[in-house]
Amino acid sequence: MNVANNHLPDAEQLLVELANKIEPLLQPNTALVGIQSGGAWLMQRLQVLLADNISRYAVENGTLDVSFYRDDFAQRGLKSETRPSQIPFDVNDKHIILIDDVFYTGRTTRAAMNELFDYGRPASITLVALINRGGRELPIAPQIVGLDLPLDADKNLQLLQNSDSSLYLALQPSISTDSLTTIRTDLHE
Amino acid sequence: MKIHIKNGRLIDPKNNIDAHLDLFITAGKIIAIGKMPTDFVANQTVDASNLIVCPGLIDLSVRLREPGDEYKASLVSELQAAVAGGVTSLACQPDTDPVLDEPGLVEMLKHRAKQLHLAHVYPLGALTRQLEGKILSEMGELQEAGCVGFSQANTAITDTQVLWRAMEYAATFGHTLFLHAEEPFLARDGVAHDGEVASRLGLKGIPSAAEVLALASMLRIAQETGAKVHISRLSTAEGVAMIRTAKQQGLNISCDVSANHLHLTEHDIAYFDANCHLKPPLRTQRDKEALSAGLKDGTIDAICSDHTPVHDDAKLAPFAEAELGATGLELLLPLTLKWAVDQHVELVQALAHVTKYSAQILGINSGDLSLNSDADICIFDANEYWKVGASSLKSQGKNSPFTGLELAGKVKTTLVHGQIVFQG
Amino acid sequence: MNNPQLDQDGRLRHLLSVEGLPKKILNQILDTAESFVGVAEREVKKVPLLRGKTVCNLFFENSTRTRTTFEIAAKRLSADVISLNVNSSSQSKGETILDTVDNLIAMHADMFVVRHSQSGAAHFIAKHVPPHIHVINAGDGRHSHPTQGLLDVFTIRKYKPDLHNLRVAIVGDILHSRVARSEIHALTTLGVPEVRVIAPKTLLPAQVEKMGVHVYHDMKAGLKDVDVVMMLRLQNERMSGAMLPSSQEYFKTYGLTQDKLRLAKPDAIVLHPGPMNRGVEIDSSVADGVQSVILPQVTYGIAVRMAVMAMLAGSQVAGAKS
Repeated sequence: MNVANNHLPDAEQLLVELANKIEPLLQPNTALVGIQSGGAWLMQRLQVLLADNISRYAVENGTLDVSFYRDDFAQRGLKSETRPSQIPFDVNDKHIILIDDVFYTGRTTRAAMNELFDYGRPASITLVALINRGGRELPIAPQIVGLDLPLDADKNLQLLQNSDSSLYLALQPSISTDSLTTIRTDLHE
Repeated sequence: MKIHIKNGRLIDPKNNIDAHLDLFITAGKIIAIGKMPTDFVANQTVDASNLIVCPGLIDLSVRLREPGDEYKASLVSELQAAVAGGVTSLACQPDTDPVLDEPGLVEMLKHRAKQLHLAHVYPLGALTRQLEGKILSEMGELQEAGCVGFSQANTAITDTQVLWRAMEYAATFGHTLFLHAEEPFLARDGVAHDGEVASRLGLKGIPSAAEVLALASMLRIAQETGAKVHISRLSTAEGVAMIRTAKQQGLNISCDVSANHLHLTEHDIAYFDANCHLKPPLRTQRDKEALSAGLKDGTIDAICSDHTPVHDDAKLAPFAEAELGATGLELLLPLTLKWAVDQHVELVQALAHVTKYSAQILGINSGDLSLNSDADICIFDANEYWKVGASSLKSQGKNSPFTGLELAGKVKTTLVHGQIVFQG
Repeated sequence: MNNPQLDQDGRLRHLLSVEGLPKKILNQILDTAESFVGVAEREVKKVPLLRGKTVCNLFFENSTRTRTTFEIAAKRLSADVISLNVNSSSQSKGETILDTVDNLIAMHADMFVVRHSQSGAAHFIAKHVPPHIHVINAGDGRHSHPTQGLLDVFTIRKYKPDLHNLRVAIVGDILHSRVARSEIHALTTLGVPEVRVIAPKTLLPAQVEKMGVHVYHDMKAGLKDVDVVMMLRLQNERMSGAMLPSSQEYFKTYGLTQDKLRLAKPDAIVLHPGPMNRGVEIDSSVADGVQSVILPQVTYGIAVRMAVMAMLAGSQVAGAKS
């Protein structure tokens, strides 16, 4: 499918819809965990949109940088910037709402789950993705999706942040699987 | 055997010749220069077009490794290396195993060398027995056996009184002492020049003062005893200044510098290159410049190779543990030529430092192309470059800080006593 | 001349010395280490980065503490670890360094952590290993101990985040100290404006100012207004080498006491690479006092070493085994 940038969905709009879908899951013993960096941005915004229920149920939050758990370390090495994962709560017996921006092959999710399990044994994990672009390579799927948007393999869909913190989706130049440096166009927080 | 060397550029420092002149050799001697003698019919003609014809080089400091250290090198391999480098006479160091402190050993060495009909070997005898710096060796007997002088190689005499007496005794008979100036306590365990580079690399340093202090003692004792002293392998700027003053005062002093120290400094150690582990250590840019200036103004008389072949494995260790020394016989000529080019010195003057002056220091009748002199000749191409490496070196020692570099100066033919001993 | 620590893409291939590494790489190591600090505080203190890799601690010079921290670091990266204390085994039977290394490579070691009593030993080994093998220098003679220099700077950064505004003093036997050399290079490369060395002349290397430091022989003058005091261990051999008369005199002139520490800034921190000689270079009350960050250094040391190993294991060379 040939998708040009101006045909991409509005991330801000999708975010509101996503919040509505997540709201019923906010219960006691729940935690939101965002995967760096897109998932973390989404989580920050969701914390504002869902503030009432979050405070009512004392929902915890944290972020994961899955760099140390990626399965392509041998091919690509470490990213030049890694951020510490922050899980300031006890993972044991928690219902984790794991948030990612674009669900693609499923490998990032696997890495995130492996990392989460090194913190403890969650009661459940619900995967939330803003966009499911199809093309999964593992038997993993998001339970909550903002939008299904199938894309060809040569397309590189990224969630990016404007200087005013608003979010938008864009197609970036394709990263070949041989290149050693990740093209980092997202802004520093 | 009548040999005609034609079309070459003859450079003879002793007779101040730099001209296109042919050479004519009969029965091992030069019998004519320039014009062919009327009844001369050559058995062999050497065409030296575009080549330089000069006296065979004389190297003041060479380790042949025999007797004793044959796994590092042998007489055969090193004398072949010598003539491949255009060196036709060399002085060898006494730090063999056993040490050259017995006339019998010296005779045997000279005999073996003579049989090979390669370069002439002039042994330096041990100044003290076993080089231990305690008891004088039998200098008279050693001289009769063929020693042209006496040396302690790299082992200093710590007992100043012994040094004094050794010089006094030598002075009695006119022997020349070949001494390397290094105060042993300051130099103890040191492996590099005590300066910026050694500090950064964490290598134990040998301060310039080690050379200066030892030199001061040697010069003073030489002055008092009247000994004839040759200072081997100078390395410091202050040392050059001290020799300059000593000569001005009329002391019977000569000195040499290693070809390595004319081109390299402490910075060449780079990332711990064990090929730069040398004695004396490579010092600063300032020292290197002073050594050059000293050569130019006659303070330093000669350039030597300080040929020290080591077994390949011996350099395969961290810097301080790597055996010190560099192979040098085949590099003496190209390094001298490079020095001449870099320093804008005329070839006839530069070559004097490896022929005329070296001969004077050894007291041998050689190093020139005079009529009736022995035909010890080096014919080389000053413009041909060759790459320094294991395959190009004939010496068993492949250890050189110049490995991988291309140097100009390729020896084409070497003659000793009128015989061609090397053809490249 | 090519920097032997970097591959042709400028990525870290070996860690042999802090000197020669660009600021960018030093910062990358420190920033990566930040992430590993968190790992140590978790229940499961492991990440799978070096799973399947074998790290070999090749210690030609004895050291239980450094060897242990490297072991812990490697295991927290899920690597398999071999520790070879070469003193007691093959070296004494005359096996050369390279033969020992070759044997270990034949047993599929991927990474070597090397400690040796000779300066240049790590460079020497790195020169002779095949392209897919990485070498970490755990201390070579008096030349370099890069992970120590890095963990010291990491620790400083934790307490004093703005390195560009600091005065740091390094006190002790600079001449024989690989730690001091690595600390000096790390601090100067990362832009610390004033690095002081405080020592008697006998314990300073020739031309030490050329490394970018200010020299003090008077400890009181040298400690004035500094933000960080880095103490070095004094080794007993210095007395027999006629560099110092006695450890008592040394303590009097160069030992860190509460009184002397008061000359530094009130919030100055005190570091020591360990092991400490209490009462020789440092007073117990300072070592155990509030300004001491000596124990955190140890914790951070593991994170920094994990970061180095992770970065090396992740650097690619053409034809590397994956």
